[in-house]
Amino acid sequence: MKLLFDLVSRLGQPVTNTLIKLGFAARFQLAILRHSATALLRPQLTLREIWFAGVLSVLIIVVSGLFVGMVLALQGYDTLQRFGAASSLGILVALSLVRELGPVVAGLLFASRAGSAITAEIGLMKATEQLAAMEMMAVNPIARVVAPKFWGGVISMPLLAAMFSAMGIFGGYLIGVQLLGLDEGSFWSQMQGAVDFRLDVMNGVIKSLFFGFAVSLIAVFEGYDAPPTAEGISTATTRTVVTSALVILALDFILTAFMFRGV
Amino acid sequence: MPLIEFENVSFAYDDTPILRDVSLQIEAGQLVAIMGGSGSGKTTLLKLIGGQLRAQHGRVLVDGIEVSRLNEGELYQLRRKLGMLFQFGALFTDLSVFDNVAFPLRERTQLPESMIRDLVLMKLQAVGLRGTADWMPQALSGGMARRVALARAIALDPQVMLYDEPFTGLDPISLATVGQLIRELNDALGTASIVVTHDVAESLAIVDYVYFLDQGQLVAQGTPAAVRTSTHPFVQQFINAQPDGPLPFHKPAPPYAQALGVQA
Amino acid sequence: MKRGMIDFWVGLFVLAGMAALMFLALKVSSQGNLPTGSTYSLTADFENIGGLKVRAPVKSAGVVVGRVSQISLDPQRYVAKVTLDVDSRYQFSRDSSAEILTSGLLGEQYIGITSGAEEKTLKAGDTFKITSSAIVLEQLISRFLFSQADKEKEKQE
Repeated sequence: MKLLFDLVSRLGQPVTNTLIKLGFAARFQLAILRHSATALLRPQLTLREIWFAGVLSVLIIVVSGLFVGMVLALQGYDTLQRFGAASSLGILVALSLVRELGPVVAGLLFASRAGSAITAEIGLMKATEQLAAMEMMAVNPIARVVAPKFWGGVISMPLLAAMFSAMGIFGGYLIGVQLLGLDEGSFWSQMQGAVDFRLDVMNGVIKSLFFGFAVSLIAVFEGYDAPPTAEGISTATTRTVVTSALVILALDFILTAFMFRGV
Repeated sequence: MPLIEFENVSFAYDDTPILRDVSLQIEAGQLVAIMGGSGSGKTTLLKLIGGQLRAQHGRVLVDGIEVSRLNEGELYQLRRKLGMLFQFGALFTDLSVFDNVAFPLRERTQLPESMIRDLVLMKLQAVGLRGTADWMPQALSGGMARRVALARAIALDPQVMLYDEPFTGLDPISLATVGQLIRELNDALGTASIVVTHDVAESLAIVDYVYFLDQGQLVAQGTPAAVRTSTHPFVQQFINAQPDGPLPFHKPAPPYAQALGVQA
Repeated sequence: MKRGMIDFWVGLFVLAGMAALMFLALKVSSQGNLPTGSTYSLTADFENIGGLKVRAPVKSAGVVVGRVSQISLDPQRYVAKVTLDVDSRYQFSRDSSAEILTSGLLGEQYIGITSGAEEKTLKAGDTFKITSSAIVLEQLISRFLFSQADKEKEKQE
């Protein structure tokens, strides 16, 4: 009887823990939104966080985007030319990037580059009592530190995803047109004919906005929730990256199901 | 009227009692030390004053206002009267020394930048570190960081100063400097100050009154002179730094021989 | 990092992001190849639309003049009712015909409009009188096979 009880309890514990954490995260999100006036009325605070989350991530985003686009073009060309459809290479590269790879891969890179840094910074501020000191100076750390970081991430993410897609398509152009010798005119015009601005590009931007929200919330929450020890911060940083990756992929599935169903 | 008053205050985390039936009073201009071993509830006492924790029984009064009854907005109003020096200074690592001291002025007042500059330099001058205004906190030694944090804590001229272990990890010279600064600032500003510490020699040299806290209870109190000659066993153990006494060396445990399995 | 430098880099960052979006909007994608807003809708009934999809192009003489906006089944006559959004710059005579064509052998399907000779033109909401359905490859092949089989029979007899 005791054994059964323990077994069921052990099964229940992670579930209740997860639920409790989700509840905290939801309340934390509400607190961020309630205290966002400071972040938006003092753009300097948010600007600095855009610099940290966005500007510092540009290099990795641009380089990765270029390579992903080039690989897509090489692989795509190999397959398409068997069916004599090599001139559709532009469509393949642009649609995969704009609809899926741009938002998703940029989101994953953003989580590991900027998300982990945000978690570590907030966690460290907590561990060294900087947040407590702020509170004792009658300054709300959620308004002063957390909300600007959150909005900085939310604003940076769609811009980074757009850069990723644009660089990827440029990479596809380099390989397809410059290296493999496809016709430049048909490369672009076929792409333009098949990619719809509202349906493909805007849906990609909406996806990246969702990912920006999710990753930023996870990053600030894990930092704020981290135990104030070296081990606690390192665990929280890892958790930010892992949770963000899972949430991005799950969200991507849900959003794709809604956006591109039956098209 | 005392600036800080504890009336039969008790506090517990879940089922673990931290403070039990604590009563004390601190007047303006008074510098008081609260001493006790690690885990005796000293830091909790400070957090009750700052409103980071709320007392479950009894009343904590700051300037006549009961802290545990305040909502968030009122609490932030109250905290403008408080200054706190954290254990390792808790300077904002992404701001320069100048910006650290300017932080409470910029966040909590509408003063023009030129006046903030003058005030910051005055506060830094008071702790002798005006020369480091452009440094980043990482470049400061432990003692200097503590002094900058002190300048930041007094930036808004608080009525109550709270010091959480201000002497931890300092070399003897820095320790004496910080101790002297605490005394001087207390006299100059006329604040009610509480120093939570386990550093006996330094605190007895500067404070007006001492409370001894053991396992959440006030066990002894008095002026430094009275404390030095006290025959109270806990005070004796504490100020003479004896490993064993009322605060036992051994944590309660089953008999040693039994634990090792020597005894049948 | 000085405050002015942060402002500068963030500004550059936002500009680069906007440029990337503009690139995606103007060079990579199209707004349905039509100046938005100024369209009128026509309908056409087909016995079989094959693989025609919503948003497929409507072409006349190979020029894209509109998009398929809606496809539904007429429950009385069991024919497919296709609604077309046509650019209001183009008018078609009332005896124009609409047919479902395939670009290339296996490419996407689209609607081709062949203009007639009448002077009166189709107005918004009008229906094409003459239509021809999609060529469904399977039917074509089976028809070919059956006709071959019939020929074989004839020879044997």
